Amino acid sequence: MFPLEPTFFNIVVTLIGYGLALAGAGFLFRLVGRKVTNNKPYFRDMPGGVAIGFAIGAFAIAWVVYTYIQAQLAEGPAANKYFFFLVAVHGIIIFAVAAYIFRFLGRLIGTEGTKKAFRQMPVTAAFGIMIIVLYAIVSIFAGVIAPYGQEEIVGNANVVPGGDPAMGGDPAYLLGTDQIGRDILSRLIYGAQNTVGIAFVTTCLAFLIGTTFGFLAAVKGGWMDQICSRTVDALMAIPQLIFALLLMTIATAWAGTNNVLVMVYMVIIIAVLDSTRVFRLSRAVGINIVVMDYIEAAKLRGETLPYLIFKEILPNAYAPLLAEFGLRFCFVFLTIASLSFLGIGIKPPLADWGTMVRDLSGFLNYAQFLPLNAALPLMAAGAIALLTVGVNFLVDWMLHRSSGLKE
Amino acid sequence: MSEQEILLSVKDLKIEGRSDETWNPIINGASFDLRKGEVLGMIGESGAGKSTVGLASMGFTRDGCRISGGSVVFDGIDLVTADAATKRSLLGKRIAYVAQSAAASFNPAHRIIDQHTEAPTQHGVYSKSESEEDAMDLYNRLRLPNPEEIGFRYPHQVSGGQLQRAMTAMAMSCRPDLIIFDEPTTALDVTTQIEVLASIRDIVEQFNTAAIYITHDLAVVAQMADRIKVLLRGDEVEESETRSMLSNPKEEYTKSLWAVRSFQRDLKAPVAINSTPVVSVQNVSAAYGKVPVLHDISFDIHPGRTVAVVGESGSGKSTAARCITGLLPPTKGVIQFDGENLPLDYRQRNRGQLRQAQMIYQMADTALNPRKKIGEIIGRPVEFYMGLKGAEKRKRVEQLLEQIELEPSQYIDRLPSELSGGQKQRVGIARSLAAEPKFIICDEVTSALDQLVAEGILRLLADLQDTLGLSYMFITHDLATVKSIADEVVVMKEGKVIEQGPKVEMFQPPHHPYTDLLLSSVPEMDPDWLTNLLDERGVDNIGDAASAKI
Repeated sequence: MFPLEPTFFNIVVTLIGYGLALAGAGFLFRLVGRKVTNNKPYFRDMPGGVAIGFAIGAFAIAWVVYTYIQAQLAEGPAANKYFFFLVAVHGIIIFAVAAYIFRFLGRLIGTEGTKKAFRQMPVTAAFGIMIIVLYAIVSIFAGVIAPYGQEEIVGNANVVPGGDPAMGGDPAYLLGTDQIGRDILSRLIYGAQNTVGIAFVTTCLAFLIGTTFGFLAAVKGGWMDQICSRTVDALMAIPQLIFALLLMTIATAWAGTNNVLVMVYMVIIIAVLDSTRVFRLSRAVGINIVVMDYIEAAKLRGETLPYLIFKEILPNAYAPLLAEFGLRFCFVFLTIASLSFLGIGIKPPLADWGTMVRDLSGFLNYAQFLPLNAALPLMAAGAIALLTVGVNFLVDWMLHRSSGLKE
Repeated sequence: MSEQEILLSVKDLKIEGRSDETWNPIINGASFDLRKGEVLGMIGESGAGKSTVGLASMGFTRDGCRISGGSVVFDGIDLVTADAATKRSLLGKRIAYVAQSAAASFNPAHRIIDQHTEAPTQHGVYSKSESEEDAMDLYNRLRLPNPEEIGFRYPHQVSGGQLQRAMTAMAMSCRPDLIIFDEPTTALDVTTQIEVLASIRDIVEQFNTAAIYITHDLAVVAQMADRIKVLLRGDEVEESETRSMLSNPKEEYTKSLWAVRSFQRDLKAPVAINSTPVVSVQNVSAAYGKVPVLHDISFDIHPGRTVAVVGESGSGKSTAARCITGLLPPTKGVIQFDGENLPLDYRQRNRGQLRQAQMIYQMADTALNPRKKIGEIIGRPVEFYMGLKGAEKRKRVEQLLEQIELEPSQYIDRLPSELSGGQKQRVGIARSLAAEPKFIICDEVTSALDQLVAEGILRLLADLQDTLGLSYMFITHDLATVKSIADEVVVMKEGKVIEQGPKVEMFQPPHHPYTDLLLSSVPEMDPDWLTNLLDERGVDNIGDAASAKI
């Protein structure tokens, strides 16, 4: 990228040169657009920033295409450095096409309501739904899909992935085996069940605690609100991961060798810590609903507190709470993975993506020679990232819909 | 007027809005010409497209709308096809806009005068200091109190009427050729409305500004406009000079608009001396925290009667209602129901007591839970108070829907968002009827509705009173409503009852001076009414009234 000697001065000059070239290309693009379309309002009223954006976008696409051709032409060890680039490009294309087909099918199959939803949704939201459905299927049917058990030691340790006997692989273990000879593919599949399942339970618990107290504070106000809000303030004042680590250390000491008990403690600790965010949201949403006349009408009718909260307030808070559920799920999921990575979350021999990233992270050193091996820890990390991205895409779309914005 | 040149010429303007993935027509071809210094009144019900046409006169449409045909030629420039830079140089400088709610349109974080000077300095008309001097001059002409100082306040520190005038001054800041007023007085009290109307009319005349005045109030438009244009669901109905339009409307729809205020109930016999009032408010005082709001008010509501409580906003009308319902327990005084004392706090009242007094709200939008179906909304009190379930409950709900003149099979499974404003208000009425109460508080139930729809609601309430023997406490600031439905009137000001008595007496002199001010401030259809009234009161009087309101 730098034709000159990489000194500080040259780098600055080159960057400025690229910037000017991009800006020039943008303005040229707008000028040509105006001439060709005979001053259509789209080009006529296009701000300069948007025009430059088009130029940058075109440049980025051109770079990707150029690098892709380079990658296809490269052979032998030279191809290794393009391995991850190719995986990324192919991955994006495959997922985009899959999401597109998924949305197309959704428009044909299902009830009128779901067909309409699929007609309106952008392809990113379809991608999110597809990923979530995929993860749900994998985690529910992990026992059926996985070729081996998660704790089962099936063969030699450290079998190379790829299933090519010439390279030292074994077709029976497509992704190879780990350092004590367990099948990595099976562990990835079981990891979905453990990590996603525990994250889901934890998020549900966090919401149960958070919304109940949040709405209670909103309806009751006064001292009830003060006690709840100040407690939450105190909990939120401590950095979450540090606090979780501290509590987990205590809980591990209490639980002793009972692994199930450690997991129960972990679920409770993360749920309580995350419920503080849910509390703040539901209190804020609740306060806006409580001042509505229909709540006053219900109060004057003599309705009880549970009826007010669950029948009058909750249905009107679904949209923001559901969106928060998606985001919160991601955070809980990441917290669990981080704790496992640090060695105090889900205990081995249960498979878990966070633990797998840590256990396999040594392979990263071989990226230059054995890119497929180096990809192993990234597969567990990628599984986490993919779900997080999918959930966020879906939540974005739901927020967009509930806010009533039109594109 | 006719020899002036044409400033704005709208020809066959068509506007479409996007919903359910298709473009639907909103305006099907509006045409009009506006000369310099002329005021065009635009009237119609809500949804008629008045505001859409008003905004399109500036070449602007709301999000999700587009101009699909026709032209808007302002001083030789077609705003439909003009580019963004040309529009930017016109809007704010030569065309200005005054919105309905000044409170929502001012930025609460900046002083009024800083917002005022923004447009002139941006367009390079004035420097900042020149513009500030000019602002004070305009405030003076608009008869704002303390014109030197008022601009340095924040929007929340001045009253609604003053803010609306400050917004008019802001629109005037570049001396535009055209101002579009979008219902500038709808949110104001009658007494404040007069001040704003008078100052808008004066300033438009002084600077020979052309204006489009959008409103749904015929009496207001009669004072302001040289010509009137009537719109109905995106179609033009008719357009003519104000006087001929008022005296001789041609189309049926226009005639029905003109006739709306004719609804009048029969007079009832005076209340028997020994009759026990359904609700009796005795020497009630109330306060929000430490701020006293009600001072020793007393009035009775007798069976089968309607008592109208009138007064400006802030006079304590709604607070009185909150005291009766028990939402705001009074600090002093007694509230009796059928001769028995009620617990002051609603939480201490039993179901029977709560059932007897029901409430209908001003904003039907916020009074109905948007996530519940009509059948559930009306069904809940039926189940809660009457203990009916399943088929019996459904039957009763259908009966109630028939009572409010909505077809049960069609409406029972709808959500409130699928109903019009008037229909929502009817559902609100049905919900209170479901409790089978003796007494209903109607809090400004018609003020958010169009006149034709409001009249339908008033007729329904009157019919229900006749068949079910209900008593109403009718809170309103609209004296036309009082005239049509009330039996007795209570006039409130600053938390005190100023005057009360049967309607007939209240509408005949002699009045308390405040009642007189209220009554004379109600706009009439006569185009000379405002001029005559201002002559009568003297201009200074209005300035005084304005400064007294701070």
